[in-house]
Amino acid sequence: MSEARTVLIDPLVDNNPVTLQMLGICSALAVTTSLLPALLMCVALTSVVSLSSAAISLLRHRIPNNIRIIVHMTIIASLVILVDQLLKAYAFETSKQLSVFVGLIITNCIVLGRAEAFAMKNGVVMSFLDGLGNGLGYSLILIVVATLRELFGAGTLLGYPVFELVSDGGWYQPNGLMLLPPSAFFIIGLMIWGIRTWRTKQVEKPEYQIHEVHRTEVY
Amino acid sequence: MPEKKEFDRDSISNTLIVAVGLSLICSVIVASAALVLKPVQERNEELFRQQIILDVAGLSEPGADIDELFGNIETRMVDLDTGQYTDAVDPGSFDSLVAANDVALGTAIPGDYDIAGIGRRAKVEPVYLVRDGDSVSQIILPVYGKGLWSTMLGYLSVAPDGDTIRGLRFYSHAETPGLGDQVDKEAWREQWDGKSIYGDDGEPQIRVIKGKVPADGPNTEYQVDGLSGATLTANGVTNLVRYWTGPHGFGPYLSNLREGTLNE
Repeated sequence: MSEARTVLIDPLVDNNPVTLQMLGICSALAVTTSLLPALLMCVALTSVVSLSSAAISLLRHRIPNNIRIIVHMTIIASLVILVDQLLKAYAFETSKQLSVFVGLIITNCIVLGRAEAFAMKNGVVMSFLDGLGNGLGYSLILIVVATLRELFGAGTLLGYPVFELVSDGGWYQPNGLMLLPPSAFFIIGLMIWGIRTWRTKQVEKPEYQIHEVHRTEVY
Repeated sequence: MPEKKEFDRDSISNTLIVAVGLSLICSVIVASAALVLKPVQERNEELFRQQIILDVAGLSEPGADIDELFGNIETRMVDLDTGQYTDAVDPGSFDSLVAANDVALGTAIPGDYDIAGIGRRAKVEPVYLVRDGDSVSQIILPVYGKGLWSTMLGYLSVAPDGDTIRGLRFYSHAETPGLGDQVDKEAWREQWDGKSIYGDDGEPQIRVIKGKVPADGPNTEYQVDGLSGATLTANGVTNLVRYWTGPHGFGPYLSNLREGTLNE
């Protein structure tokens, strides 16, 4: 039981796919200008990664080694198409805003990474929980980034006004930079800094150090 | 897994079984999802298209029922060659793109005329008449043509004088995000309102220029600001508007509208 807990909880902060493993950054920049599309993206990715992990784990003793990546991609791609079709049917307006990014879940490193690193070696339930945990870890970052960007970039949350804008006679002058992709870089960067200050064991050892030359060595 | 000790998952037979079996299962799942969900998706597309027609006519209200608002718009079919209304085709089930590729319902566009790059067009096209009281206040024409990457599909709203543009809006395109997709920006779309299509010679003169339209200059009534970084998309817009308002498109119909020689 405690192992299941670890697999599910660990990716939220301690082993977060975005802030520790630096995966899935592309979509984290692209779909976080407002909260609603970001939430939809979170649901889409979380369901794809947990179901694909479960399916790959189920087949793990049969999947031949030499075509395993192709098998993973086939399963992931089918699930992504399924999710995309469902969104087009039941969340049409928002899925238009997500445009290509639902399709690009196929190439999201988190999904293939969990399949290869975890689902090929572990049982179905654990793999499902691992996928769910990683999906939720990704979602957590996306939700924080999207909340900040929509709130400070447009003064709204989920489309409802929170800060009254200057253009509507209020006090808040929206920060246009927040709606542009660089702001997501800044926010994710600051979050990584914050998390590593809080959980110091995430701080990586420098790969090399600049050697200081002493005067005696020069001669 | 002790009971599977004999089993060699890397054997050729297992590789083939897994590859073929998985492809079959996945394709069945994907195909059935697409089939089952198709009616809902088509209904969404239809509502979205109607929403765009209402938008281009300036009639859309947030939260209002699209079906009800759309009920105020009359759909008529126009024979493009004669430029007269026709009742031979039912607008309800009509699909321009399907009809264009049909041998009987479509016609090839002669090379010189095909500036929009679409190859074929339907012989009849729907027009949407927006009424203000008894008189028609706007006529909305379907237009489409090649942009940089994709066929751009949209609606052009024209005043009853058959010359003044009231609006242009696309409901489907795949132009470059951030560059070509500026065609969806409200500030750019609003400029089309009040522009004239036809020059003194009766040919379409409207165009998306490079850069900003000067405040005072000749022919500014035919010019719309360029899209920075998206010249090829902008040229596509110019060409498709010119094709559909030109002699092979809705030109004869708009001419009948101007001359008052339109049948009822």
